[in-house]
Amino acid sequence: GSLPDQLVKKSIKQGFCFNILCIGETGSGKSTLINSLFNTNFDDPVSTHFLPVVRLRAQTYELQESNVLLKLTIVNTVGFGDQINKEDSYQPIVDYIDAQFEAYLQEELKIKRSLFSYHDTRIHVCLYFISPTGHSLKSLDLLTMKNLDSKVNIIPIIGKADSISKTELQKFKKKIMSELVSNGVQIYQFPTDDETVSKINTIMNGHLPFAVVGSMEEVKIGNKMVRARQYPWGIVQVENENHCDFVKLREMLICTNMEDLREQTHARHYELYRRCRLEEMGFRDIGPENKLVSLQEAYEAKRHEFYLEMRRKEEEMRQQFVQRVKEKEAILKEAEQQIQNKFEHRMLMHQGEKLKIEKKKKVLEDEIALFIEKKANADLLQSQASVSTPVSLKRDKDRKKNKGFRLELLCFDVRDEEIGNVHKQSKREREKLERERNSPRESQK
Amino acid sequence: PVESKNEAAMSELVPEPRQKPVVPMKPMGINANLLGYIGIDTIIEQMRKKTMKTGFDFNIMVVGQSGLGKSTLVNTLFKSQVSRKSSGWNREEKIPKTVEIKAIGHVIEEGGVKMKLTVIDTPGFGDQINNENCWEPIEKYINEQYEKFLKEEVNIARKKRIPDTRVHCCLYFISPTGHSLRPLDLEFMKHLSKVVNIIPVIAKADTMTLEEKTEFKQRVRKELEVNGIEFYPQKEFDEDLEDKTENDKIRQESMPFAVVGSDKEYQVNGKRVLGRKTPWGIIEVENLTHCEFALLRDFVIRTHLQDLKEVTHNIHYETYRAKRLNDNGGLPPMTVETEENHESNL
Repeated sequence: GSLPDQLVKKSIKQGFCFNILCIGETGSGKSTLINSLFNTNFDDPVSTHFLPVVRLRAQTYELQESNVLLKLTIVNTVGFGDQINKEDSYQPIVDYIDAQFEAYLQEELKIKRSLFSYHDTRIHVCLYFISPTGHSLKSLDLLTMKNLDSKVNIIPIIGKADSISKTELQKFKKKIMSELVSNGVQIYQFPTDDETVSKINTIMNGHLPFAVVGSMEEVKIGNKMVRARQYPWGIVQVENENHCDFVKLREMLICTNMEDLREQTHARHYELYRRCRLEEMGFRDIGPENKLVSLQEAYEAKRHEFYLEMRRKEEEMRQQFVQRVKEKEAILKEAEQQIQNKFEHRMLMHQGEKLKIEKKKKVLEDEIALFIEKKANADLLQSQASVSTPVSLKRDKDRKKNKGFRLELLCFDVRDEEIGNVHKQSKREREKLERERNSPRESQK
Repeated sequence: PVESKNEAAMSELVPEPRQKPVVPMKPMGINANLLGYIGIDTIIEQMRKKTMKTGFDFNIMVVGQSGLGKSTLVNTLFKSQVSRKSSGWNREEKIPKTVEIKAIGHVIEEGGVKMKLTVIDTPGFGDQINNENCWEPIEKYINEQYEKFLKEEVNIARKKRIPDTRVHCCLYFISPTGHSLRPLDLEFMKHLSKVVNIIPVIAKADTMTLEEKTEFKQRVRKELEVNGIEFYPQKEFDEDLEDKTENDKIRQESMPFAVVGSDKEYQVNGKRVLGRKTPWGIIEVENLTHCEFALLRDFVIRTHLQDLKEVTHNIHYETYRAKRLNDNGGLPPMTVETEENHESNL
């Protein structure tokens, strides 16, 4: 295939994006018109007049016609013109448009980017619905359009145009166009540089603003079903060029200039946004000494700036961290010290106790030693006593047993240190005494 | 899906964007049923008209040793005298001592479409005794074109259409030895296949019989595969099954194209054909039974021209850009760039 064929084939594969913004008061006929334009019932809920601020609602649809896949995004204003104070009404709209540019710019500035698969949400055309008062533009219209004309392609539309008669309509259109010119509002001009379309585009430029009627209802006219609005006094046919400019709008918007609208958005409106934004961020094409500075160099300088800033912050954080660690360390050290003190104190106490116990042990040991000594002495005495009587040598134990009893008793008579035995002894003596006491008593009985 | 070669995660430089509005930015997709013809498909015509008006840029580079028929082939491809040889070249001219890069531009019109064609010749490549690193001037040239484009792209006030001098296609001429690829061939293609689309062609294919040709092609394909050389169309950039099937066939059967070039016409069977006259017959350049020139031509011009440009722009250029922007992030404190420094970047 030829070169354009190859490009077209690729584009078809990728699909197309088209994004329409509709601005108009509640009830100006935006949704019906869009439905009519695309012959589809897009689900768009009706809104009330009592919203406090202007909001935007965006919905994306995928339409397919023959082999062309179109990602169509319709953005509607909600609550436009309903507030008592409309000073800020245009701001959400401007913000929305800018946000789409910003998103694209962000992607473009990324290091690793994927522009070829990016879903372009930038607004390609703005349909501005003028109320069919028949007089002139409202001040809100002028204010809004002045704030948008450098950001988006504006096509002014008179909605619900079936409420104006033909003669009134001509006057109305003239008035609107002259007001736009005198207020310096730049609306979208259908391009006239390409010979194939310049003629029709020039004619169409003369019909602006398009006076449209939309309808999704069908009425039988002759033997055909046509889109129309049925009144008691007649039927307004949407696609009848004598009745309204609907067909012109569809022709211009979709069949002739869709590609140009997309290109203007990218090459003019987006570039302007980008330039302003980059200048805002401090980038310049001409640096100091009026030398040409590439954006890249400025970019790198900024990057270096941010890098230094980051390092500084890192350093700060590190200092903070070190500080905190120091503090914690001090606390821990103190606690450690306290525990150490407690420990030492306890150790001392323990030592004290230990000493005491040692002393007691020593005392006990001394007593035991003494006892053993005494016992040894007693044994000695006993053995001495038994030497005088010629008795066969019995084992010591037995001897001790037989005679020791008496001896022990005798011995213990003398000693008073073995208190326990003394107690035993005294107990025995007491018992003995008791028995003696008792026995004479018994003998008395 | 087509993916960038550069895998490392990169962070953005742009500071916080302004406050986002109250509306969700990513609208949800809803499929809508059309109840009648609207005219959306006319966008194809609109696009076609637009591209015909703006015209096309196409830049093709030819690389190969002297005497392989590069210039003749390029002339044959574009059916015009577009190569270096046509603009006052002298057969007695000495082979340059180093590789030179010579770019010659032409405007070709066909079917109302204007193509600005640039043929980049590389005389001196592979002709020295010591050919070490002789691909470096070529790689440098290719990167310089990416750099030029990048500089334009990052300007604040940009041109409406950035002039595209990037090399979209590099035809590498393989000598028809019948044996295998030479070390120089492998070295060149290994280095350059990472920065540009390489299409290997077997030059002067009229010195091989059909069997020799088939065998040689098989060997070359095998060698390229073994050495990890991804020539165009690269497998990883096949967009869908349709592409893959079509490209697989080309990659595994047709390439490398064995070509014969000629700018002389002869009478064969009552027709004027481009050919080479030998005592044993006339080799018809556009006859598919004689050589694969027609396949190469259709491939480069009639089916894959747009794709060659897109792969160059979306893959090779993006890789260069990402690397360039990322590399600069690690530089030491910036000094004011003098004129000299500025030029050495190129």
